[in-house]
Amino acid sequence: MLNEEVTEVKDLNGNILEVKNLGINFHVEDRVIPAVDGVSFSLMKGETLGLVGESGCGKSVTALSIIGLLQTPPAKIVKGEILFRGENLLNKNSEEMRKLRGKDISMIFQEPMTSLNPVFTVGRQISEVIMQHRNLSKKEALSKTIDMLKLVRIPSPEKVVKQYPHQLSGGMRQRVMIAIALACEPELLIADEPTTALDVTVEAQILELINELKNKMHSSIIMISHDLGVVSEIADKVAVMYSGRIVEYADVHSIFNEPKHPYTRGLLEAVPDIDTDKGQRLKEIKGVVPFPDEIKEGCRFKTRCDCASKDCMIKEPPILEVGTNLVRCWIYA
Amino acid sequence: MSAKILEVKYLKKYFPVKKNMFGKDVEFVKAVDGVDFHIEHGEILGLVGESGCGKSTTGRTVLRLLEPTEGKIIFEGQDITHLKKKKLRSVYKHMQLVFQDPFASLNPRKKVGKAIEEVLFVHGMKSEAQRRERVRQLFAMVGLKGEEDKYPHEFSGGQRQRIVIARALAVNPKLIICDEPVSALDVSIQAQIINLLIDLKNRLGLSYLFISHDLRVVKYMSDRVAVMYLGKIVEIAPAEELFKNPAHPYSLALLSSVSGFRTGKNKKRLILEGEVPSPVSPPSGCRFRTRCNYATEQCSEIEPQIKCVGSNHFVSCHLY
Repeated sequence: MLNEEVTEVKDLNGNILEVKNLGINFHVEDRVIPAVDGVSFSLMKGETLGLVGESGCGKSVTALSIIGLLQTPPAKIVKGEILFRGENLLNKNSEEMRKLRGKDISMIFQEPMTSLNPVFTVGRQISEVIMQHRNLSKKEALSKTIDMLKLVRIPSPEKVVKQYPHQLSGGMRQRVMIAIALACEPELLIADEPTTALDVTVEAQILELINELKNKMHSSIIMISHDLGVVSEIADKVAVMYSGRIVEYADVHSIFNEPKHPYTRGLLEAVPDIDTDKGQRLKEIKGVVPFPDEIKEGCRFKTRCDCASKDCMIKEPPILEVGTNLVRCWIYA
Repeated sequence: MSAKILEVKYLKKYFPVKKNMFGKDVEFVKAVDGVDFHIEHGEILGLVGESGCGKSTTGRTVLRLLEPTEGKIIFEGQDITHLKKKKLRSVYKHMQLVFQDPFASLNPRKKVGKAIEEVLFVHGMKSEAQRRERVRQLFAMVGLKGEEDKYPHEFSGGQRQRIVIARALAVNPKLIICDEPVSALDVSIQAQIINLLIDLKNRLGLSYLFISHDLRVVKYMSDRVAVMYLGKIVEIAPAEELFKNPAHPYSLALLSSVSGFRTGKNKKRLILEGEVPSPVSPPSGCRFRTRCNYATEQCSEIEPQIKCVGSNHFVSCHLY
């Protein structure tokens, strides 16, 4: 659970992933920048968690630390644990992580244009994953590759396996990325802004595909996005991040219909929804997103919050249970 | 003077991609291929479409930053399609552009106030004191009072976009072409810029051509919306009407791909099959027929003409 103070429960309660009190610092020149501080969440089998926040809030860093792709240095994991099927991933060495990665945990990146290797054919890049993790011959791997391409609905897969990434469009490349990520039927799929670089109609195709595959393979998904529309469509639970912390954590219905944290409320009112009246003025969140090391004490949102009081200036709010939501805000204390 | 501030007639912009052995261009990317629309005084026209459909090219061609291949651009009753460079400058006093990327559109080596003073100088304001005063006003107008002596890197993305808007406003324009003005900004900052654009419009009586791929923002901002597909406008209608009763099958699919946050999950998305065909050799007849669920034989032979299907609601599709 999000609450750090809760004593450790050994029983996993059906949770496939538990992140507990994760803290990640970046060492840049002489500065120490806390990118992630005290982040905790859990994920059950077949569940989708939406991780929402603006650029620099630490959502991608959190994801990279789970899959073990964080560059260390400059990053350093300073506290917490990441339990995957009960084992702490932070204690694993790189060889052990490599065996997990792509097989049990895999990731779809934001940029389909840059995450494929331009000098290998699509088929080779997919079959590489399959051969790496399963004892299959080249031929078997190839037929599995074609199956995967069919699964992500790429037309004429026999032709596409021989093509290079530059011969495919953005949407097609993202499908290839998904095929690679799903090739070994991972238990946990991390999707980092998978549709941000794509057009809306293609986005619709990809989201439907992810949803369908989730139902077919019962994978758990962490969906990272800054687009509230995408998250509302695909997630079961949502964690809203701000400046390295989770400020609100609840099921998708409560987040969108009864947001509690001033930041969540602000985010929802700041974007016009499809039924927002024209005359209605958008509510702004004043100011700009602070640097992660800019605010040293008190609530990280205090400089932009309309409800900020004296307490907010000095003391960081604890995580409070408000209805079904977990909220990091003094209003509810 | 007519109520129309801008009228675009059958605008085409082709980019050559291939020459034959005699050096003659033989193959073109038909980025904009016969586009008609107009903008009235004080109106916001939204232009939506997927990447590569030609919406940015349309915006740039209207400003003559790109030379049109064919067609007419009429600004305030004056045909500016073939205007010479020098004369064009007087048009730019009334028509300005705001770009998408505020990180790339400011000179990093110039103080932001100086950059705007330069615009004023070019447009004939020779007194330095006058220029400084005007810049001060402009910065106050976009909510950056007293920040004119800083360099671009000292500002965040949202603030830079404010500076870019101030620069566009420097010459007192009547029409601003906004090319994805909020796409590069963080969600919490977008609202600030959208509100600023609306305030300025109301205060200064501006008109906007608002180019964006974000349908929620376009619906919120625009009076009328034009939907582009592969170099052509397939539907143009008042914003409310378009989102309530989209007529063209493409608009239907495009609009169904945005869902309300609160009503999100249960809504059915119409999934378009396939991808946008190449603009080098677009399909014959109707350009959308390769992905359209309603396509008939007629669609592959005859290109549909634009028809009126309701008050101010135009669509180019054989269904009507």
